[in-house]
Amino acid sequence: MRALPLDAEWSGPSPHATIPMPSDDRQDLRLLAIVPAYNEEGMISRVVRDIKRQVPGFNVLVVDDGSTDKTVVQAEAEGAMVLRHPFNLGIGGAMQSGYKYALAHGYDVAVQVDGDGQHKPEYLPEMLDALQTGGKEADMVYGTRFRGDPGYKVPLGRRLGNLIFSVVLSAITRQKITDPTSGFRMVNRRGIELFARDYPHDYPEVEAILMLHNNRLRIHEVQVRMNARGFGRSSIDYPRAAYYMVKVMLALFVGLLRRRPDAFEGAPPPAADTQPAVEPSVEGGGPA
Amino acid sequence: MSGLVPILADGLGVKPQRIAVIVTLLFLVLVIELVRRRRLVERYALLWITAALVLVVLAVWNGALNWIADSLGILSPPNALFLIGVGALFVLALHFSVAFSRLSEETKILAQEVARLDREQRRIRAGGLGGEADVVIEAAEARAVNGDGD
Repeated sequence: MRALPLDAEWSGPSPHATIPMPSDDRQDLRLLAIVPAYNEEGMISRVVRDIKRQVPGFNVLVVDDGSTDKTVVQAEAEGAMVLRHPFNLGIGGAMQSGYKYALAHGYDVAVQVDGDGQHKPEYLPEMLDALQTGGKEADMVYGTRFRGDPGYKVPLGRRLGNLIFSVVLSAITRQKITDPTSGFRMVNRRGIELFARDYPHDYPEVEAILMLHNNRLRIHEVQVRMNARGFGRSSIDYPRAAYYMVKVMLALFVGLLRRRPDAFEGAPPPAADTQPAVEPSVEGGGPA
Repeated sequence: MSGLVPILADGLGVKPQRIAVIVTLLFLVLVIELVRRRRLVERYALLWITAALVLVVLAVWNGALNWIADSLGILSPPNALFLIGVGALFVLALHFSVAFSRLSEETKILAQEVARLDREQRRIRAGGLGGEADVVIEAAEARAVNGDGD
């Protein structure tokens, strides 16, 4: 895969000059909000509208994952760009489609904003800030519910599962990952390239964090509040939750056995070694 | 260890041997018929034919089966036959899971590609579908990306 320079010059007219951002160096950034949606009719309009109104600098790409309702029509009516999957691939396949699109169209930043209205676009400027500078440059910034008030009543089972993954991932990455199941995440060009090339399947969030770590991309969290899920789709039932736990644990375990490159391929030299003292011995040195 | 225990039986009896041969022949006919009707590709037909032939050879060739049972320390040679059969099925099933995983990965990529082309085509046809200034912006973006390439 071709490595795209992180700070490629954007020569055309900037459509993003109006974004209310504190510093000047990001005016020319191309920003994409990827909205994965599966049968989100009734919710999708609001989600798209909110993004466009609150953070006009972001282009909105709705990835319709084989919906059988009016999701596509409604998204287009709000002026979103829409990718239509011929059938349902699951959230992993949908997000990867979005990242592939972002890569192909030269976006610098891509953020996942769920089509069910759980993620609030008002946090995007803050996340972008953390991604760019914020004192601690990161390749992926995600919104965590568990550094303060989550904004809604998170079901106990979900909290518990989240805690387990949190402990495991924090141990692996040697940094605090308080909300590994949060899908509200923003990546820079390096993250886009990584996820366009390879993105986990069924329940991608947790595994994706390990992928970032394995490729030595830096992760930063920002405290957010979320909405309870908008409509129907009562998240996950118990047998499926158990399957989820086991499947993701297996994915993590296998992920640890994968080879970890010294630096992200195509990474600019200064960014390659900004993460000091990450002991690779955690990976157990298993046979690749 | 295997030398310490006596072999209880000598291969399969004549009757089970006949049944094994007949069943295997029927199975082979079925496999070939499936290939003839193009419902099974040769690659997988070969796998099944090989597996069936190995099993039937062991069923009728008592010397080989006894030797295998003896060297594995299995008291009853028919059990060795079962063991080999089950082992072969496990390997085949794993092989199919691998093939299946590859196919679903390929299917995913195809679906994503279809979505991309679908958008591309609709955008060209509609001239700015939904996304207002998208046409201008993204055409310029595509140029920028392509121009930046190494």
